[in-house]
Amino acid sequence: MGAVSVRDVTVAFGSLRVFQQLSLEVELGEFVVLLGPSGCGKSTLLNAIAGLLEVDAGEIWIAGRNVTWEEPKDRGIAMVFQSYALYPRMNVRQNLSFGLKMAKTPKDEIERKVAQAAALLQIDHLLDRRPDQLSGGQRQRVAIGRALVRDAAVFLFDEPLSNLDAQLRNELRVEIKRLHQRLGATMIYVTHDQIEALTLADRIVVMKDQKIQQLGSPADIYHTPANQFVAGFVGSPRMNFLTGRLERAGNGPLFVAGARQLPLDGYAFASAVEPGRPVTLGIRPEHVLVDAGSGWHGFQVEIIEPLGADNLVWCGDGSLAIEVRLPGERPVQLGTPLTLGLDPRRISLFAADSGERL
Amino acid sequence: MSTLVQPAGRRPRHVTWGRIGVYAFLLSAAAFILLPLYIMILTSLKTMDEIRLGNILAWPTVATIEPWIKAWSAACTGLTCDGISVGFLNSVRILIPSVVLSILAGAINGYALAFWRVRGADLLFGILLIGAFIPYQVFIYPLVRLFSAFGIYNTLANIVIVHIIFGLPIMTLLFRNFYSSLPPELFSAARVDGGGFWQIFLRVMLPMSTPMLIVATILQVTGIWNDFILGLVFAGRDNLPMTVQLNNIVNSTQGERAYNVDMAATVLTALVPLLVYFVSGRWFVRGIAAGAVKG
Amino acid sequence: MAIALPAATTRPRRFARRLPAVLALAPAALVVIVVYLGCMLWTIRISLSSTKLLPVNDFVGLDQYLRLFSNARFQVSVENLVIFGLLFLLGTLVLGFLLAVFIDQRVRGEGVFRTIYLYPHAMSFVVTGLVWQWFLNPGLGLQKLVRDAGFETFTFDWIVSKEMVVYTLVMAGIWQSAGLVMALLLAGLRGIDEDIWKATRIDGIPTWRTYVSIVLPMLRPMVVTAVVLQSIAVVKVYDLVVAMTKGGPGTASETPAKFVMDHLFYRNNVGLATACATIMLLTVIAVLTPWLYSQYGPNSQRRGR
Repeated sequence: MGAVSVRDVTVAFGSLRVFQQLSLEVELGEFVVLLGPSGCGKSTLLNAIAGLLEVDAGEIWIAGRNVTWEEPKDRGIAMVFQSYALYPRMNVRQNLSFGLKMAKTPKDEIERKVAQAAALLQIDHLLDRRPDQLSGGQRQRVAIGRALVRDAAVFLFDEPLSNLDAQLRNELRVEIKRLHQRLGATMIYVTHDQIEALTLADRIVVMKDQKIQQLGSPADIYHTPANQFVAGFVGSPRMNFLTGRLERAGNGPLFVAGARQLPLDGYAFASAVEPGRPVTLGIRPEHVLVDAGSGWHGFQVEIIEPLGADNLVWCGDGSLAIEVRLPGERPVQLGTPLTLGLDPRRISLFAADSGERL
Repeated sequence: MSTLVQPAGRRPRHVTWGRIGVYAFLLSAAAFILLPLYIMILTSLKTMDEIRLGNILAWPTVATIEPWIKAWSAACTGLTCDGISVGFLNSVRILIPSVVLSILAGAINGYALAFWRVRGADLLFGILLIGAFIPYQVFIYPLVRLFSAFGIYNTLANIVIVHIIFGLPIMTLLFRNFYSSLPPELFSAARVDGGGFWQIFLRVMLPMSTPMLIVATILQVTGIWNDFILGLVFAGRDNLPMTVQLNNIVNSTQGERAYNVDMAATVLTALVPLLVYFVSGRWFVRGIAAGAVKG
Repeated sequence: MAIALPAATTRPRRFARRLPAVLALAPAALVVIVVYLGCMLWTIRISLSSTKLLPVNDFVGLDQYLRLFSNARFQVSVENLVIFGLLFLLGTLVLGFLLAVFIDQRVRGEGVFRTIYLYPHAMSFVVTGLVWQWFLNPGLGLQKLVRDAGFETFTFDWIVSKEMVVYTLVMAGIWQSAGLVMALLLAGLRGIDEDIWKATRIDGIPTWRTYVSIVLPMLRPMVVTAVVLQSIAVVKVYDLVVAMTKGGPGTASETPAKFVMDHLFYRNNVGLATACATIMLLTVIAVLTPWLYSQYGPNSQRRGR
């Protein structure tokens, strides 16, 4: 039995249906990230799991119990918020212990738990400060600490790092990952940042327009995106998209874009090849081969964006533009002619109309 | 524990005792707060006989607008019996120049304080702010002597000037805070473009100030219309505002009092600010917030 | 084009550029100096003289104040001010807070409730006083209403009772001003982060407890502002009394503000009136100083950030 199970859940605001029978299984000890652009419904789903939002149909199970109508506090969950949501007029110790006090936990046990959480998050020295005397990173540690003391089976994170600057975000990301490994607790984490998703998740749920687009391991999501939206949303720099059509040549399928052709031997088609079908070919910049003996000749370097370790190079031939990631030590110059090689095993093909993977 | 197939907890009901309690409280509070308005209007529509015999909450058996007509044009204030219409016209004559000039003064001061570094301006603003809290009683006697010395005591000009003086703190505060909240680059850009003090004010700032002008107008119209003490002291017998006349009609009657006429006059006096309030809606609240907050 | 010397654009030009601003602020400066400072000092000066009707330029020390403090009418005024002030503050705060909290429960018709609760604030104290005077009229108002309904011994004649009249002022005052407190606190409630509410639900904190332990402390700046505004309104209370009770019965509902006005214009005792006005001034300053200090003082949080 999974740790969290969302079964055919429908959420509606008035007449507006937010989810239509959405389902999701989260395994015990798993780190699942809900990823998507703002307004995709990821936070709504998290709030529904937390019980902060009433579901109109369907069931929510946590740790083997049907908690669909349970109060949030009785669900065995803990939650961390984007804006920290610390109680402003209480010091850190009071923030950590207030919920336990309300639950009539014995005093010594409260003290023990607070001390434990504080030690784990290295906030022991901040216990007597008030939130407005803390930095953003410290505040979020306290907020995580407040979640830790709850002895929850499931931890919910609602964009916890979005209010922090880049440096701190990286730091706390590692911290959260370490915490997950240490506690082995089930975690569900909402973010719009694909790097956070890829680095933290055991499995990623990519969402858009209140629907799950793809559910899979970071590698699945990255290498075999289920549709063009997922392909474009995950990965930075963005995947290259070339529009063209499918054809069948003598010995196999062929991708045709204007004068360019690419034989598709080795590409794992998910559906039958229909000649003449308009498609979009996607390939990540780091998967484009340069100076391949055979390949597409006649490209020129048009723009170079040095990133230190890598150079991002925009190549064009007048009609197509492809971004390529090259190692930083490899010298490039504007106007250099290039031959680009596309490995059919590394590309993704999407139907031009539906955007679905072929 | 065996596996719970049934959902734990109860499906939340939407009509709970808590909800009923909330509405019961809100409705009874609304009734308490509406009651005086209801009584005021009802009484003004009754005949004196009915007021004497019936109860104060009862609907009039025969509604009459007689009291309204009498209140408007024939109620007595002391010796003259021209009704409260005199006070209404006086209030309008006081209101219009006072509102316009006090807002203008506030806008200019606020603009100068927000953007132009003038030495001593902070001190000026500080005293002005504290002045807003000081009771009129502290200033009244010297002001009377001062205006007498200039020979304008008890004139229309006198009461207008007094309203401008006592409206200055809140109006200045309002506009200073508004202009300070604008991006300073706006002012810098106008300066770079060669605008002078008045040009920037008239061409750039004033056209942007519509929201504050609305808030200030609401604040000043209700404030000046509702003023009693300043009108009583400074307006002079020929310019007494409506509130003062109302009080005279009701509280200085000899003999039997005509409660229906009194209430009609009261409703008439309350009408202008109430109209402003109900029409302006959220703007009124904004005015309160702006007036209440600190620099 | 002439080459500008480094010093050429300094003082005189800068002054010329700022001249219009200086001129624009001049009238305000004049008002501050003549009225807000000048008249205030003048009033204090007169309170130290033996002035009756016309100014006398002598100096009698604190004689007027001694006379004031032994004046029975003034004593009643101060007593009334304290009773009225405390009950009015307490009443408006409690009622205003409750109204704000209940309105904040995602109720239907929120706008209608808000509009109703705040409308008395739009009216003149004169109107308020007259309406309540009529409503509480023992012969024809509330008392008669209840008696006619069958409770023939019901008595509610506070407005003509020397002991109770001040409480009728409190009722009218609360009626007029509770909405203002509501509006201020509601604005504060609306500013509270939605996540805080979610966090309290996860932590399982009961709603009432959340309001008391978490929300109320967060509203402290608004509560303090409301207290200061209302306290100053208390010191100023004049029109309400004039319209509702004329200070009566007898002198039972006099207030300091009315004391000043009566002694200035009807009893021709300017010295005593200005002494009382000075006491009012000191009261306001006593309320204002700690507040201003906390708002703008060196340790204020506003500055700190």
